Amino acid sequence: MATTTMSFLGAIGAAQREAMEADERVVIIGEDVEANVYGTTGGGKSRKDKGDFLELFGANRIRNTPISEEVIVGAAAGAAMTGLRPIVDLSYSSFLYMAMDQFVNQVAKNRYMFGGQASLPVVFRSAMFYGLSTGAHHSDRPYPMFMNVPGLKIMVPSTPADAKGLLRTAVDMDDPVLTFEACMLWGLKGEVEEDEYRIPFGQAAIAREGTDVTVVAIATAVPEALKAAETLAEDGVSVEVIDPRTLVPLDSRTILESVAKTGRLVVADPAHRTCSAAAEIAAIVVEEAFDSLKAPIARVTTPDTQIPFSPAIEKPLYPNRESIGEAIRRVTGERGASVPESPQGIDDELSTQAHR
Amino acid sequence: MTSPDQTTLLEMQRRMLRIRRFDERASKMVKRGQIPGTVHTSIGQEAQVVGAAMTLDDGDYMTGNHRSHGHPIAKGSPLAPLMAELVGKAGGVCGGKGGSLHLADFKVGSLGESGIVGSSIPIATGAALSSKVLGNGKVSMAFFGDGAANQGCLYEAMNLAGVWDLPVVFLCENNQYALSTPAHTVTSGVIAERAAGFGIAGERVEDGQDVLAVHAAAQAAVERARSGGGPTLLEVVTYRYNEHSEGLRLGTDYRNAEEKETWVGRDPIAQFRRHLAQEGVATEEELDALEQEVLDEVEQAFEFSQESPYPEPEVAFADLYTEPIGA
Ligand SMILES: Cc1ncc(C[n+]2csc(CCOP(=O)(O)OP(=O)(O)O)c2C)c(N)n1
Ligand SMILES: [Mg+2]
Repeated sequence: MATTTMSFLGAIGAAQREAMEADERVVIIGEDVEANVYGTTGGGKSRKDKGDFLELFGANRIRNTPISEEVIVGAAAGAAMTGLRPIVDLSYSSFLYMAMDQFVNQVAKNRYMFGGQASLPVVFRSAMFYGLSTGAHHSDRPYPMFMNVPGLKIMVPSTPADAKGLLRTAVDMDDPVLTFEACMLWGLKGEVEEDEYRIPFGQAAIAREGTDVTVVAIATAVPEALKAAETLAEDGVSVEVIDPRTLVPLDSRTILESVAKTGRLVVADPAHRTCSAAAEIAAIVVEEAFDSLKAPIARVTTPDTQIPFSPAIEKPLYPNRESIGEAIRRVTGERGASVPESPQGIDDELSTQAHR
Repeated sequence: MTSPDQTTLLEMQRRMLRIRRFDERASKMVKRGQIPGTVHTSIGQEAQVVGAAMTLDDGDYMTGNHRSHGHPIAKGSPLAPLMAELVGKAGGVCGGKGGSLHLADFKVGSLGESGIVGSSIPIATGAALSSKVLGNGKVSMAFFGDGAANQGCLYEAMNLAGVWDLPVVFLCENNQYALSTPAHTVTSGVIAERAAGFGIAGERVEDGQDVLAVHAAAQAAVERARSGGGPTLLEVVTYRYNEHSEGLRLGTDYRNAEEKETWVGRDPIAQFRRHLAQEGVATEEELDALEQEVLDEVEQAFEFSQESPYPEPEVAFADLYTEPIGA
């Protein structure tokens, strides 16, 4: 299997290009997609650069929209109900709220309410700009809110290969999919298969195998959990890291099997703590695998506060290798071992667990 | 523009009668406890609904609102599955999962009514986008009320449809009230004139009880849309006879009795019947027979709604996704 190195963002662009080439009904709509502002609809910064989507696919299929999220989302749904397969670029995840009615009342409900008459093959892409000093209006990680809306599917990839494979599947699917892409991962490079491929929804990835503790990690928490696992391995703690990749459907089986093996669970989730994905995963494990638990479950989440602008106080809010490492130590009873170095070198007082 | 032929004229009367009798029956069923939940009738608004919907081809699209039965009926949807849906039966057009507020009949291009005021307008706009991208010549029409005309999504939709020349008709059913609220007390300016701000066509049909007047205006809008001329905002002035919803009793008189009498005196169905007889389109006997046919149809629809079984419990979990995704 031949592979090539791609960035996370490049992988998304490659998936979009393949999807556009594969099916005439696929269109891309969103703000500033023509000019490739967010880097997934072109070959570079110039229309002359090889791979410019507007040049490749034309203005009928690459559509710049006004700043009107409500009608963008609703019109994409209506178009999907009548023969198109739109990919909607909503840029920032924080903007999804502008279209909340369309997501909740139309996109999620139409197939159900109409007794299966409607299919909604539409993908809503958005990027979570957390950890980048964009302040409270641009740093949201709202996927748990949408997990609470039956009828939507949700992917939160953490590697270039997963982003590409899952996005191809999402475009092929006849159900509405929301993708939440962590911006901090955009530049992350990884090996990606050269041939076209698809990754099924509802199949978690075991990012690292281990026997002492299971860490279920989401988005940027995945690479952070892997770093924590590396450090803890030196102290003899064997950590299994699971990336659910899709939150709806959620591969609870892989998580439960892992917990059955390790008896301990840490869930690392960059969303706010209350009703987070971590809360749901913890609840499932308590309900289904209570007997295999040797220690209380630990959640490492963003505390229930808004996101401040100053990087000094923003960065420590999200799950990182330190806070995940600490939680692992708590549930494994490992004390006094070396604490992995925080990437930001931030005072431990400010870590995720400090503010519940 | 061609004026409707004799068959079409009679079909207009038939569909108006279907709405009237269907809704009268539904109203009675609510009183008898045969329909759970809420029901909003289009009694009094038949000319506005039929005049507009009958300008659409079978393959064209349509979305609607909570005042929902008239739209699919006017688009040609058979009555029995609609009635069964109101009762919550397996034979309902949505299998009992939609109910009165959320009728949809994709077979006739009815993409769904919406219980959320204004919310289906973007959906109709998207159907028009798909016609435009696919180049299939289909038009879509969004029905909504004077109340919905103050929802922001209408203006996002008018702007998008305007800038992309989408083949969509925004059809505002101005029955002059949103629940208890008189439109003039919450609406700045004239709804139809708002079109001008978006550089799209706008027209107000003052006599929405005249099915031919509505039809002519809607036909112009549909032809404009189909020929690439872009969207139209059409406001049709009409009146609902019944309370906002069946069984609703409001504490205050927000509408006076005289007003209602005046409107009932201009009843769209009675007027059009006189017109058809005077113009020699049909004899009185033929028009009587038509009335009877529709009554029979409604009776059959009622019987079907009673005989059809309730959905099985597992139906509550079906159709969320194209394939079940597990517990
Ligand atoms: C978003 C939303 N707000 C409020 C309501 C409650 N509601 C249902 S119908 C209605 C009045 C709608 O008036 P209009 O759009 O003029 O339609 P009409 O009932 O007159 O046909 C209201 C306030 C709702 N269903 N959805
Ligand atoms: Mg009204």
